[in-house]
Amino acid sequence: MNPKNVGVIENPDGYGKVGNPICGDVMELFIRVKDDIIADIKFKTFGCGSAIATSSMITELAKGKTVDDALKITRKDVADELDGLPPQKMHCSNLAADALSEAIKDYKSKKKKK
Amino acid sequence: MKRIYLDHASSMPIDPRVFEFAKPYLTKEFGNPSSLYSVGLEAKQAIEEARGKIANLINAENGKSIIFTSGATETNNLAIRGTALRNIRDGKEVVASAIEHISVLNPMKELQKNGFTFNIVPVDSNGMVDLDKLDNLLTKNTTVTSIMYANNEIGTIEPISEISKIVHEKGRYLHVDATAAAGRVPIDVQDEGIDLLTLSSNDMYGPRGAGALYVKPGIKIQSILPGGGQERGLRSGTENMFAITGMGEATQIAKKEMKEESTRLKKIRDKLIDEILKIDDAYLTGHPAKRLPHHASFRFSHIEGESILLNMDMYNIQVATGSACSHKTLEPSHVLLAIGLKHEEAHGSMVITLGRSNKMEQLSMIVKAVKDTVQRLRNLSPLAKEKER
Repeated sequence: MNPKNVGVIENPDGYGKVGNPICGDVMELFIRVKDDIIADIKFKTFGCGSAIATSSMITELAKGKTVDDALKITRKDVADELDGLPPQKMHCSNLAADALSEAIKDYKSKKKKK
Repeated sequence: MKRIYLDHASSMPIDPRVFEFAKPYLTKEFGNPSSLYSVGLEAKQAIEEARGKIANLINAENGKSIIFTSGATETNNLAIRGTALRNIRDGKEVVASAIEHISVLNPMKELQKNGFTFNIVPVDSNGMVDLDKLDNLLTKNTTVTSIMYANNEIGTIEPISEISKIVHEKGRYLHVDATAAAGRVPIDVQDEGIDLLTLSSNDMYGPRGAGALYVKPGIKIQSILPGGGQERGLRSGTENMFAITGMGEATQIAKKEMKEESTRLKKIRDKLIDEILKIDDAYLTGHPAKRLPHHASFRFSHIEGESILLNMDMYNIQVATGSACSHKTLEPSHVLLAIGLKHEEAHGSMVITLGRSNKMEQLSMIVKAVKDTVQRLRNLSPLAKEKER
């Protein structure tokens, strides 16, 4: 267990938070965007091994991609990249994909306002 | 890193002395105890000796009161279904505590589906059975009441003698699941007023594949596994000689060494609790004093138990958790919910059960690994407060 991109970005260009502590999974995701490309990405996760692994993996997959390409990353991509997840843990990869799309949505809405 | 195994409630290695003792029953002593020729009679003799050793551990009236099964799950099923169904004319009500093992709760739910009334007795925040509520739930139609001797997840030891008095005033039979307690604390079925008792071989350094049910002489139960009529007709199937003779030997060793070993482990356990409770927002689960001597269980705020387990494994230290994420159902442990923990609190649990391989010298390594793990996961956690990170 050696997750990548753990932490927060101060004043991020996009921020997403999904899950709730009762279910046992909360993920926060922060992105820094330059020319529509995800230049930096950090996360914080409360959850099981799979939740942490999928969080880490999605940050790796998204980094360097354009925001539109990053939006196309599916939960299946995350799971495949991890060489599969047990069936009862697939929702963890869902969480990671949701957090990323929330962060990108946040970025896009902020951009419109400018 | 050398392995430090701290999950003895989950599995134990077979004691080498037990293995040596039982090995011949896998090879040259291959007789079937049901056969009438000498090879069979020798096997029969070995089983009866094992029965005697088990009766001796729990001060049972005689060896005949012990019935061998395949393990604790089957034993709990036989105790509950076998007693409830055999005594159905006396009533169709069963009672269990909220923190019983799933192999007690599920057979009771099965009875409920078939027309029985199943009532659950709550426990307090330390996991002690609510004796007033128990008294209120019992009626003259209650045939089986099942209360565990000690809980496997939180270590709490129940006041079985008191419970026995309450049960016998109104209800009929008290079944006690002693899987977690046997071989750790002394048990006396006659003195404590126990009618049916579950024992597991592997939980006392015996081989897997054997368990035993004590049935107080005079109590009638029926088989849940009909067939050739072994074990006085109560458990058919050719006997697992290796596991049964091994269980007998393991029980005898436990009887002899329990006091010394439990005292030794309790010292390590107490120190471990002291050290781990120094961590911010770390709490003991279960009773602080009335608990199994080898058992330490905790919860940590803002982190999740399966992550704790996996992170501890990187230090080659094996612990258990009652976290939802570690269960196939994704539900948190029913035991932790029963003692009043919220879902998010139950997620952060860690259970340590010490055993023969554990030494005081391992303590600093264990404490360091727990501290580092909690710190690391809190650094990762969006829920952790600033001071915890």
